[in-house]
Amino acid sequence: MKKNDIILAAAIFLFAGLLSAIIFFSGNERGSFVTVTIDKKVYGTYSLGENQDITIDTEFGHNVLHIENGSVSMTEADCPDGYCKRQGKISTEKETIVCLPHKLVVEIRGTNTDDGQTEEQTDGQTDEDYDILVK
Amino acid sequence: MNNFISMSKKISACGLLVALAMIFSYIETLIPINMGLPGMKLGIANLVIVTALYLLGPREALLISLVRIFLVGFLFGSGMSILYSLAGGLVSFLAMMFLKRTEKFSIVGASLLGGAMHNVGQLLVAAAVVENAKIFYYLPPLLCVGCVTGILVGLLALRILPMGQKIIQNAGTL
Ligand SMILES: [Zn+2]
Repeated sequence: MKKNDIILAAAIFLFAGLLSAIIFFSGNERGSFVTVTIDKKVYGTYSLGENQDITIDTEFGHNVLHIENGSVSMTEADCPDGYCKRQGKISTEKETIVCLPHKLVVEIRGTNTDDGQTEEQTDGQTDEDYDILVK
Repeated sequence: MNNFISMSKKISACGLLVALAMIFSYIETLIPINMGLPGMKLGIANLVIVTALYLLGPREALLISLVRIFLVGFLFGSGMSILYSLAGGLVSFLAMMFLKRTEKFSIVGASLLGGAMHNVGQLLVAAAVVENAKIFYYLPPLLCVGCVTGILVGLLALRILPMGQKIIQNAGTL
């Protein structure tokens, strides 16, 4: 064994440590929506505020998500590795639950990118129209 | 004639090492370490690959690695699992070959970088499959796990290497 081996190992651990620190201090915003993506396509967006179980059955397999008190976890999956069930509860925007065999990604978002925004926009427009009418 | 003997010796050594690597791959599936990290592998089979790299050379090591990946994939895995292993195996092999060429590191250095890069390669494929960069959240623990098992594998390889060299020398005098 050479001195360079130890330097190399130390460099890898240091890099991993720095990266962990960056991850630790960023993206800690608690989200309010859960987006499920399967095979690169958005499968659905759900509110984190509502305690619920979401059953997902696709050609890739069966998964069940559990939303409780603002965090989401994978409670059931018939994938061969079962890694997704071991990834615990997530509640911040940087975190994901990944079920690779099912090409499934669970993400936390601050705003609903599906229809929430458009709803807000139309609300804003009608308010403006109303203002104009009043004037 | 001598050339022919060394050729057949190399081929039988490669066959033996492929079998050994497959046994290690199987043992790895029996070890119930499941940290829930996508793209994680302990990489015990790398003991055979890194030893072959130093004992026989890069061509033989690459051949053993590829044959192992395809055989294990066809026997125990699926098309996708072959793709992950292939990416991990190739990235890891290139890293180890590069370190060996610099001659500034021992087999332990090559093995630990190989272990870390194997997980990086698998994570890259995973990120491409789901098209989501957030998956790199898992990079730090994957690097650390790969590095630790790489060190253990490297220390073992350091002990095995002189034995392998002795066997090859003795076979030459027979
Ligand atoms: Zn899964």
